[in-house]
Amino acid sequence: MKRVYVNEEWCLGCHLCEYNCAFANSGETYMPKALKDQKIYPRIQVEEGDGVNFAVSCRHCEDPICVKSCITGALSIDNGVIKVNTDKCVGCYTCILVCPYGCVMPASDGHVIQKCELCTQNSCGEPACVKGCPNQAIVYEDRGE
Amino acid sequence: MQKEGQFHIPSGCAIAGLFCKDGRRVSGESMIDSITVMHDRSNGLGGGFAGYGIYPEHKDAYAFHVFYDNTAAKESVEDFLTQHFDIESLSRIPTRKTSGITDAPLIWRYFVHPLPRMLQDMEVDEREYVVRCVMKINAQYDGAYVFSSGKNMGVFKAVGYPEDVGRFYKLEDYAGYCWTAHGRYPTNTPGWWGGAHPFALLDYSVVHNGEISSYDANRRCIEMYGYSCNLMTDTEAITYIVDYLNRRQGLSLEEVANVIAAPFWSTIEAMPEPKRSQMTYLRNTFASMLITGPFSILLGFSGGMMALNDRLKLRSMVAAEKGETVYVASEESAIRRIQPELDRIWAPRGGEPLIFRLNEGVKF
Amino acid sequence: MAINYMVPEYEVVRDPQRCIACRVCERQCANEVHSYDPELNCMRSDETKCVNCHRCVSLCPTHALKIVKNNDTFKLNSNWSMQAITEIYREADTGGMLLSSMGNPNDYPIYWDKMLINASQVTNPSIDPLREPMETRVYLGKKPDHVERNSDGSLQINTPPQLELNVPIMFSAMSYGAISYNAHESLARAATELNTYYNTGEGGLHKDFYQYGPHTIVQVASGRFGVHKDYLNAGAAIEIKMGQGAKPGIGGHLPGTKSVGDVARTRMIPEGSDAISPAPHHDIYSIEDLRQLVYSLKEATAYKKPIIVKIAAVHNVAAIASGIARSGADIIAIDGFRGGTGAAPTRIRDNVGIPIELALASVDRRLREEGIRNNVSIVVGGSIRNSADVVKAIALGADAVYIGTAALIALGCHLCRSCQTGKCNWGIATQRPDLVKRLNPNVGYQRLVNLVNAWQHEIMEMMGGMGINSIEALKGNRLMLRGVGLNEKELEILGIKHAGE
Repeated sequence: MKRVYVNEEWCLGCHLCEYNCAFANSGETYMPKALKDQKIYPRIQVEEGDGVNFAVSCRHCEDPICVKSCITGALSIDNGVIKVNTDKCVGCYTCILVCPYGCVMPASDGHVIQKCELCTQNSCGEPACVKGCPNQAIVYEDRGE
Repeated sequence: MQKEGQFHIPSGCAIAGLFCKDGRRVSGESMIDSITVMHDRSNGLGGGFAGYGIYPEHKDAYAFHVFYDNTAAKESVEDFLTQHFDIESLSRIPTRKTSGITDAPLIWRYFVHPLPRMLQDMEVDEREYVVRCVMKINAQYDGAYVFSSGKNMGVFKAVGYPEDVGRFYKLEDYAGYCWTAHGRYPTNTPGWWGGAHPFALLDYSVVHNGEISSYDANRRCIEMYGYSCNLMTDTEAITYIVDYLNRRQGLSLEEVANVIAAPFWSTIEAMPEPKRSQMTYLRNTFASMLITGPFSILLGFSGGMMALNDRLKLRSMVAAEKGETVYVASEESAIRRIQPELDRIWAPRGGEPLIFRLNEGVKF
Repeated sequence: MAINYMVPEYEVVRDPQRCIACRVCERQCANEVHSYDPELNCMRSDETKCVNCHRCVSLCPTHALKIVKNNDTFKLNSNWSMQAITEIYREADTGGMLLSSMGNPNDYPIYWDKMLINASQVTNPSIDPLREPMETRVYLGKKPDHVERNSDGSLQINTPPQLELNVPIMFSAMSYGAISYNAHESLARAATELNTYYNTGEGGLHKDFYQYGPHTIVQVASGRFGVHKDYLNAGAAIEIKMGQGAKPGIGGHLPGTKSVGDVARTRMIPEGSDAISPAPHHDIYSIEDLRQLVYSLKEATAYKKPIIVKIAAVHNVAAIASGIARSGADIIAIDGFRGGTGAAPTRIRDNVGIPIELALASVDRRLREEGIRNNVSIVVGGSIRNSADVVKAIALGADAVYIGTAALIALGCHLCRSCQTGKCNWGIATQRPDLVKRLNPNVGYQRLVNLVNAWQHEIMEMMGGMGINSIEALKGNRLMLRGVGLNEKELEILGIKHAGE
């Protein structure tokens, strides 16, 4: 299936992906309105250090440990995309603890979790992080994995 | 107004030609008949004919046809000719009063042989010597213009419709194995006799219908080799290119056609070796002699005639055969007029040369 | 502290309604113009450092930024411009020569913009490149003088080595060192895909790029950096650099700070040492010396590669070119006074040399007058800005053009003219790894390919309009050009008529 991949050789650590992600999931149509004076809660986060930058988001594992560990059935796999049903989520954070990549995080209100759903649940159409990456470091492609 | 030769003149035209492979000589009358049908394709600002095999009694002499504006020009050119050539005979070219032909210059004909001593001094072959002399007269002698300089052939041209030009020169009195004719439709010209076609150098004569878009590229290239394009017409440039490639570089006429109407690179690439590298060589080596834009030309030369269209065939040209005679013209009607019954008639493809030569053993 | 006489050239204007303080501008500015104030939760800027490269503007996700010319002004003076005064302050501050980058930006005539192209109407049909073949292929190199025949009568292929180009556009010399590894990779891959050539400049050829050798022109400059037998044989052609349009008459200087790692290795010099190219080649003090180098290089490469001699367009360019055309060189490259550079003394860049249009016109004419135009091909560079410039250059008589600045602009360059600082925010004219990686060659090469393809389409449209379907029929076809607003002398030198004539 098509997944988001990051090539650290080209990742500049500009953090634009984080802002594009936060904007895409804000439901707003004007970025300043959505993000001005707000703390952002992006579903992709840039890890930095020692000249290497790497944007990390959900890998959409084939055998996802987060889904297995969810106590309410809020996490499920839909056509390979791991999605969260916030109506079912009780905010127990088990998934956050078990994710080996650190790609599940509390949502802004802290009551439920959020994660990358490949922009299938917003109006972006394709992953906003990919679309907005200035150096094609983040790509959305099918590598047969 | 600027004179012809001071600016580039594009023009549309009619062309026609006939060639007897068996060497049979026909009168110029039929060529006049043929070109008359295409009256609409000319506008009265130029017409002309070239006949081959018309001077059998002087066949070893270069026949110079010269326009003079005045007797002073004639005297100075005759001085030059005397110094460089042995003049076998000279005379006015016979003409008849014809309505539609006005302002005729003095028109003279000389049958000449290069002086061996001068030839030796210049260390060039005879034909090159003649070319240089003709170029010199045309470039340096005001009021004189050599418009025909081949052996056993002659050009007859004037300002007017071609049929009037033919009658003016009494072409019914000449007989040749090959005739070409031209009716000119220049978009602007002060109407100078020398500017009419055919354009000739040695025994090469060219009639051309078209307007070549590559003109200045071709002109600036050919002028590097000692030609000066005084008339600034397409036909003049084409004639010089043919002379350079055929006479001076020794290319065959087929090869000349592959230079001036070169096949597209994609066509060349599809050719088998060694043809591909031969064609690539020609196109690359003589790149600036590629002619683009619409043209159909008839090239007359001793013993043959070549017809060629531009590679996109942007000008009409049809060819036909009847027995041992071939016909080429801008329009089929011009052929049917003089030969209603044809064995074969066809439209040659763009860039594909038709080359006709006298049958083996035929003397001219 | 000494008085700061300098006034910032530009002002950073930030729209507070739009800025979301995402700090992209801060992270992307190698000049450290932008910074974040956590207490005020807003961005600040220090415009004294701004070079107006537009990296921040291009990456700002909310379009909150613009860079405008600073309105602050010295007392107005038509003679002493602000620039003239500021340059004096800078020189008085440092005692050093002023350095600049890229091409001469001053207000000299641009002859390309004073020539107009012809089109067919009525008497001659225009040709539609979408429906008919339209050829832009060019061969560069000396053409044979005489046709010779084999014993079977076929033509002897006696053509000296040639370069075949699908489109008459090559990437001009820019050294590895002056520009980055990724910029070089972009150029090399684009040249390969386009079936044209890029040029190593005088910095040698990185071992990774030998694979692009068939589309590489290797340069031999006065410093001979990176020149060895394998290098010479790796390329498709060898260029002897005698001069450069941006700095005719002087050499080059890659500071030791840029001469790091692979750059130094490729140049075959110790890391950290300044790479100084002498002003002349010290084995070429005259035309006959040039001939010896031409033939040395031919010997070294078994007469299989065309030799290019590159010169700057200077006053006597026609006579120099005529000498080169008789020196055994196969191609002459002429670089006009607008040509770019990674660093040049400002006074030289802005005051030495002549416009390429005039140089080209007089070289082409001189070589034709002497009947030696086919001895060499002519390639011109020095500010070819678009496809119309290419068409005009070819109509004046060029065989092909070199583009350098235009190629860099395709890669993102915004002509901030600060290459000499080595802090190129676009990853082009820098060796800092964090900046170099900003130019992803996968993106860069595609942009170059796109640019040249777009130009090729435009060239074909213009040719078709003129009724020309093969580029060789455009070469030297000066009747296809008319001048506007040029005086008699300029028209005479260009060999064209005025519009309306």
